[in-house]
Amino acid sequence: MTTHHIDQGPAIVTRGLTRHFTVRKEIVEAVRSLDLTIDQGELVAFLGPNGAGKSTTLRMLTTLLTPTSGTATVAGHDVAADPRAVRRAIGYVGQGNGAGHQQRGRDELISQGRAHGLSRQHARDRAAELIADLDLEAVADRKVTSLSGGQRRRLDIAMGLVHLPRVLFLDEPSTGLDPQNRANLQELVRRLHQQTGSTIVLTTHYLEEADALAERVVVIDHGRMIADDSATRLKDRLGDRVQLRFDSEQRATHAAERAAGLPGASVHRAGTSVEVRAPGAHEQAPALIADLQTSGLTVTGVEITRPTLDDVFLDLTGRSLREANQQTTPEGAAA
Amino acid sequence: MTTLTATASTTQVADVPPSGFLADTWNVMTRELKPLWREPASVLFAMVQPLVFLGLFAPLLPSTPGGSALQWFVPGIVAMTCLMGASFTGANLSDEMISGSHERMLVSPLSRSSLLVGRACKEIVPLMMQTAIILVVVTPFSFDLHLGGVLVGVAMLALFSIGVGSLSFALALVAEGQEWLFWTVQQTLIFPVLLLAGILLPLDGAPGWLRFLSDLNPLTYVVDAQRELFSGMWNLDVIAAGFAGGALVAAFGVWVGVRGMRRA
Repeated sequence: MTTHHIDQGPAIVTRGLTRHFTVRKEIVEAVRSLDLTIDQGELVAFLGPNGAGKSTTLRMLTTLLTPTSGTATVAGHDVAADPRAVRRAIGYVGQGNGAGHQQRGRDELISQGRAHGLSRQHARDRAAELIADLDLEAVADRKVTSLSGGQRRRLDIAMGLVHLPRVLFLDEPSTGLDPQNRANLQELVRRLHQQTGSTIVLTTHYLEEADALAERVVVIDHGRMIADDSATRLKDRLGDRVQLRFDSEQRATHAAERAAGLPGASVHRAGTSVEVRAPGAHEQAPALIADLQTSGLTVTGVEITRPTLDDVFLDLTGRSLREANQQTTPEGAAA
Repeated sequence: MTTLTATASTTQVADVPPSGFLADTWNVMTRELKPLWREPASVLFAMVQPLVFLGLFAPLLPSTPGGSALQWFVPGIVAMTCLMGASFTGANLSDEMISGSHERMLVSPLSRSSLLVGRACKEIVPLMMQTAIILVVVTPFSFDLHLGGVLVGVAMLALFSIGVGSLSFALALVAEGQEWLFWTVQQTLIFPVLLLAGILLPLDGAPGWLRFLSDLNPLTYVVDAQRELFSGMWNLDVIAAGFAGGALVAAFGVWVGVRGMRRA
């Protein structure tokens, strides 16, 4: 456990990280030249449609796949040169169940602790703590097959936490859970992050999840990183949408000219309605409406929409995340 | 949730240095044994066929001049049980590859070779339990128990089952995503290997080509040695040939299996 001391370097650094798959004699670029730095203690979501390359990236960072080219360092160790040192430092909750279906949860937690070098007693104590913390007392001594989906997922997370990893990876943690269990899981991830200070990296194709959970959202599409910022800033940059209605096209045209004066605004008129998109427009809208009013351009209706991450995705890629999720790509099959 | 943080400091400073191959192998083996420990009756699963043969086939055998038919038949059935159990075992790995627990172990610090060797070594435990069950069943009948020979025989079968188990795991790794392939290959290979080893019927009167194939089968030598040992006889040439057969299968199996696991 010598690797467990916290040094000050970043938790994850990738440079030109690339992975190709050969699918039916064709080369698919699942991840293309990813440059990413994640500092110790960050909570980051990889957001993108199915087959975007999120899971392939995660599998390279967790040593399950070797990069085709480029480098990745996790907790100070190179994933290709020293995979065992990386494995000692990380926790991994995959898309499947970490605990064997024929096993009992408690046995698996102890075995996982032993695999990470805990003494027998320490592994047993740690398993008991996690079982209590994750509310698994009633089911920890039952066969894993008899657990519900939500219980299994909590057990999977407990497995990833046995050794208090410096970096915790969660691959699509809430896929297959009902909304209630998904909310519980998000709450759990938030608490873990606050209380352990671990770096947490998760993949998701749920916008709401990335929005609710992560301080930093890395948007990935077609194997490329297309945005990397906080959800709030990504949305602010896109700007709010203010829809104004007037009682004539002429008034609408005049209003559109005036609204174009707002800093950073893009304005479209369609019939009697004017759409203004500008950063922070929800704060400027009252003044704009008052200004139009004094110029005799009476606003008859107003609607202000804050952008969603889906709008961000649409803006970046030209298609909505929901549409993109429905397309099946060869990368999805290979990853 | 307070314990999540409370232990943070202790876990990060305490405990032993990175574990070695033996500790890893022990960890994998004991994990594999947990379900058997919790449900010992599951050991009967791989024994259904051998017990059917013992009950329905053995009575058909004519008495041999050298002794009872059971005395000849039982060592073969013990070897058959060993072959069945060890060759099925890859299916457990297949299940764990599908469910995700194999992937979880691949991301743990356990070495790749320990993941294979630990699993293969686990096969020794059901082998011993199954042998004991068979001996308990047949000893009241016309079967003489020679415990010393049986123990040496089980040691030989342990080598053989480690090898067959490793091959079964290698097959499961190759058949990832195509589980039908695992069963097709396993079922296709198992009966020729059984019949060519002379487990069900002696090959004394067999045509030359069949005897030739039988001579190539390592299990033939293992079964011959089992018959020797279970009868309390100690013909060292036969026993040495049996150990050589078992060791050959073990070495080849572990080599193939570890290569497969390293690539996983």
